[in-house]
Amino acid sequence: MATATSRLEAIDQTPPATEPPRQSVMHEWITTVDHKKIGIMYIVYALLFLVVAGFEAVLMRIQLLVPNNHFVSPQVFNRLFTMHGTTMVFFVGIPILFGFGNYLIPLMIGARDMAFPRLNAFSFWISAFGGVLLYLSYFAGSGLYGAGSAPDVGWFAYAPLTAKVFSPGHSTDYWTLGVLLSGVGTTGTAVNIVATTICMRCKGMTLTRMPLLVWLFLVVSCMVFVAVSPLTAAQVMLCIDRYLGGHFFDTQAGGSAVLWMHFFWIFGHPEVYILVLPAFAFINEIVPVFSRKAIFGYPAMVAASVGIGFVSLSVWAHHMFTVGMGPAGNTFFVFSTMVVSVPTGIKVFNWLATIWGGKVVYKVPMMFAAGFLFQFLIAGLTGIMLSAAPFDWQLSASYFVVAHFHYVLVGAILFSIFGAFYYWYPKMTGRMMSEKLGQWHFWLFLIGFHLTFDFMHVPGLLGMPRRIYTYEAGRGWEMWNMIVGIGALIQAIGMLIFVYNLINSYFRGEEAGPDPWDAWTLEWATSSPPPAYNFAVEPTVNSRRPLWDLKHPEDPDSSFE
Amino acid sequence: MMQTTAIPVHSNPEAEWALPNRGIVGMWCLISAEAAIFLIFVVAYLFYIGKSLSGPTPAQVLELPIFGTICLLSSSLTVHAAVSALRKGNGRRCSLALALTVLLGTIFLVTTALEWRHLIYDAGLTIKANLFGTTYYSLVGLHASHVIVGLILLLAALLFCLGGKVTEAHSERLEALSLYWHFVDGVWVVVFTVVYVLGR
Amino acid sequence: MLAFLPATSAFASSPTNIFDPAATPARSIFSLSMLVLSVTLAIFLIVGGLLFYAMVRFRNRPNDSEHEPAQIYGSNQIELSWTVIPILIVVMLFLSTTRVILETEAAPRPASAVDVTVIGHQFWWEYRYPKLGVVTANELHIPISDPKNPTPTYLEMSSADTDHSFWVPRLAGKTDLIPNRITTMWIDPPQAGLYLGQCAQYCGAQHAKMLLRVYAQTPEDFAAWVKQQQQPARDDLSGNALAGEGRTVFLHNACINCHTVSGTAATGRFGPDLTHLASRDTIASGPVQNTPANLRQWIADPNVMKPGSLMPSMHLNDHELDAITAYLDTLH
Repeated sequence: MATATSRLEAIDQTPPATEPPRQSVMHEWITTVDHKKIGIMYIVYALLFLVVAGFEAVLMRIQLLVPNNHFVSPQVFNRLFTMHGTTMVFFVGIPILFGFGNYLIPLMIGARDMAFPRLNAFSFWISAFGGVLLYLSYFAGSGLYGAGSAPDVGWFAYAPLTAKVFSPGHSTDYWTLGVLLSGVGTTGTAVNIVATTICMRCKGMTLTRMPLLVWLFLVVSCMVFVAVSPLTAAQVMLCIDRYLGGHFFDTQAGGSAVLWMHFFWIFGHPEVYILVLPAFAFINEIVPVFSRKAIFGYPAMVAASVGIGFVSLSVWAHHMFTVGMGPAGNTFFVFSTMVVSVPTGIKVFNWLATIWGGKVVYKVPMMFAAGFLFQFLIAGLTGIMLSAAPFDWQLSASYFVVAHFHYVLVGAILFSIFGAFYYWYPKMTGRMMSEKLGQWHFWLFLIGFHLTFDFMHVPGLLGMPRRIYTYEAGRGWEMWNMIVGIGALIQAIGMLIFVYNLINSYFRGEEAGPDPWDAWTLEWATSSPPPAYNFAVEPTVNSRRPLWDLKHPEDPDSSFE
Repeated sequence: MMQTTAIPVHSNPEAEWALPNRGIVGMWCLISAEAAIFLIFVVAYLFYIGKSLSGPTPAQVLELPIFGTICLLSSSLTVHAAVSALRKGNGRRCSLALALTVLLGTIFLVTTALEWRHLIYDAGLTIKANLFGTTYYSLVGLHASHVIVGLILLLAALLFCLGGKVTEAHSERLEALSLYWHFVDGVWVVVFTVVYVLGR
Repeated sequence: MLAFLPATSAFASSPTNIFDPAATPARSIFSLSMLVLSVTLAIFLIVGGLLFYAMVRFRNRPNDSEHEPAQIYGSNQIELSWTVIPILIVVMLFLSTTRVILETEAAPRPASAVDVTVIGHQFWWEYRYPKLGVVTANELHIPISDPKNPTPTYLEMSSADTDHSFWVPRLAGKTDLIPNRITTMWIDPPQAGLYLGQCAQYCGAQHAKMLLRVYAQTPEDFAAWVKQQQQPARDDLSGNALAGEGRTVFLHNACINCHTVSGTAATGRFGPDLTHLASRDTIASGPVQNTPANLRQWIADPNVMKPGSLMPSMHLNDHELDAITAYLDTLH
């Protein structure tokens, strides 16, 4: 018991041997199956792609600063928006969120690693390979300045634009294969998360005592099984069409372009919930700790998360309101899309109730969480506008939609991820990030974000479609595109400060200790960074906040649950 | 700055803390993902029934693959027998049952291969021929590829068993493999119904 | 922010402003959008206001006690109330939305409607008026529709290649053009004028310059236009030697493989019908003014003005270019 722990801690604190390590650092990281190292690799990998895809976005905004600009050719622009979208969804969003999940889940449930460590490593490396393959496309074909043979079919690769006759050459194939491989990796990680969560919780941690983050990743992983597979299937069908002469989406042979849309969006819509639920997960951990209060309505939050998971599988054709599904089809998807706002709203209200009556400490993680709360509210409301199908008949495929989904992806998800970085960086590295630089990052990024994405709604309302490399003067779009571009540059500066903070704090950050935020879940009971085995002895828990119980023996959660 | 908080460790022999086996849970997860992939191919097949612009139709060229189906579905029984045998520690009976499973599965593949040869050379149905050809070969081929993977794994299990390396302690792993095999058979029931019954 | 959007839009005086409807479908959408915007604005003010209040009022102040605040774990009544109220709002919005869907998609079609078949191409629009025997491209002419005696225009649409989308914001929401599929929509502007839009579904390299121009005309003007479009190309070019030469160049080059000029041997359908090219204000589906100089440049090399366009350069010499331009200029 206590003796065992203190003996093991003593062992843990033994200074390292003086002989050199048997493995080089590089070899150690490449062959690791430790969930913490794999998690960090996912995160670093995603950050690299975030910078690259962000650069692609900046190039596009420069091209669109003024009408009839000649900064990049139409062909290069079309590749840029395809690569930007594909990269951000598959090689930034998914890896960064699963990276955090990988790192945190075993720690939060008192386990020593994931259920299948080798599968974990395999999933990372195959996803990484997919990303590298996708980016090699820039160097194929006619070379980098013509942007090589990078895909130019849009991130949803609608048929029949992707048929061999309309996309000769290999650009579509780079998209298909790169994304397919990443899908395999994502599915592998999802299997790991479910098996770990169901089978490896420490003693006393019933499902209803798990941190909400673990619940959300469980829901997300179940969604991955149902949602990513349709994309994999559709991509296999596309390959059969392109290489074996198949006709799945061959409209000349009686095939259906709309079938691709259904298959893609059956994946595509749950995918965005797969991206947003982990963002909710981070907020569920950050907001209570910085409000100094337990999360309000834990059971309702679990029910809402599961509800969102289920309902989001039924809304996909709201991306297809303009293809002529007929009043019955349109009406059904209006209904299901509006319904999903109910559990989502419940989550927002519970966060509000958590803050209410608390003692909110505005350190950088909480500042980003605050940004998330407002921005997610707005994003949800523009989503409701889009769910009204006739309104969508105007807004779909316009800059209004682009603004809406960036509001979710950047304003909600990326802000939540930034919060997660500042919150868990001390645990991962043993050092605090600079609070001062964090504030610069926050304010610059906030201003840049709002300049770009608030005003981006306007050109959409004024008739500007998406995916156009230039536009006519005299449509009233010029001023707004200019403002959007300026915001992009400001966000880029904020990002650079963030990256600098990440790197600099690793070497010069203040030492963090095991629990710098005075938090309540199990990961804060380990050293920072934790030892390879996480816990010397498997913990036993009696409530949802084991460390709260220890710190407040007079008022433990276990008496209320 | 706080020291590492000591987590209480209660040795409480009465409270049983038993969670499911991770191999079985992992296999169920894989099965759900694979089921979703098959579902999309089945949906494509159903959607395109009757829509081919030319070429052979199902009614013209398809015959019920009764023999192959019986073999494949019986192999579910034999693999179940293998798992039961292993649970009781009977390695020899387990090997026999596994061998039968591999044999039955292989017969199924052979009947499929013969059927395809007839379709391609005699009936002129290829993957390029029309929508029926594309969706038929994709769906049945996807299933067959899963049968092949299953057979390879079953063969490996059989070899380990014959080498005396498999014991009662491995029975949950074998059960996970048998779950995969039952899934493959279950998919065949759906494919058979959709392609050979409904589609014709 | 949400409220001032329509206001800002009005200031912009944009010809493609969705909040400046000029036909019934766009007007129905506008009313629905005002309802939805009001509801979402109200939600924003209430929830956002409460959030803001909570964030400010409950911040930790330096002279606060060290005690943690009271730990409140939840409340079933509160959860119930903020589940039921959103459900009621959803039901209300859903019913209003359904009404507009039916109003637009299931609207009864008057007998006097004008039928136009629209075929989307990479990167131009083909318009056929089956009952009037008119085939044209890129500039859609329709009669205005008097609300007391409606003569809407019904568009039956498909695509010859990839997906496209017909979006003229002031007239209606967009509807996609999909190969091997027919979609329909209708428009009925009561006021004559030129209505602008562009393709709204990414269709390849020159998606950005696949512009839409809809000319709503008085019944007299429309009838005159139809009459003109029904005529074949003028046969007698004896007064214009250069144009006559140009016609010969045209008919002896690969032009006829893609283009139709009614009354000649040119019957190609891959590219736009040129029979009345000179009657159009623009070429290349909108982005280029139809002047002889522009037309000549276009024919010399389309990729200069619209890189990625599917029309190749015919590598004609200067004299041939002059002649062909003169000929096309006679095609009123």
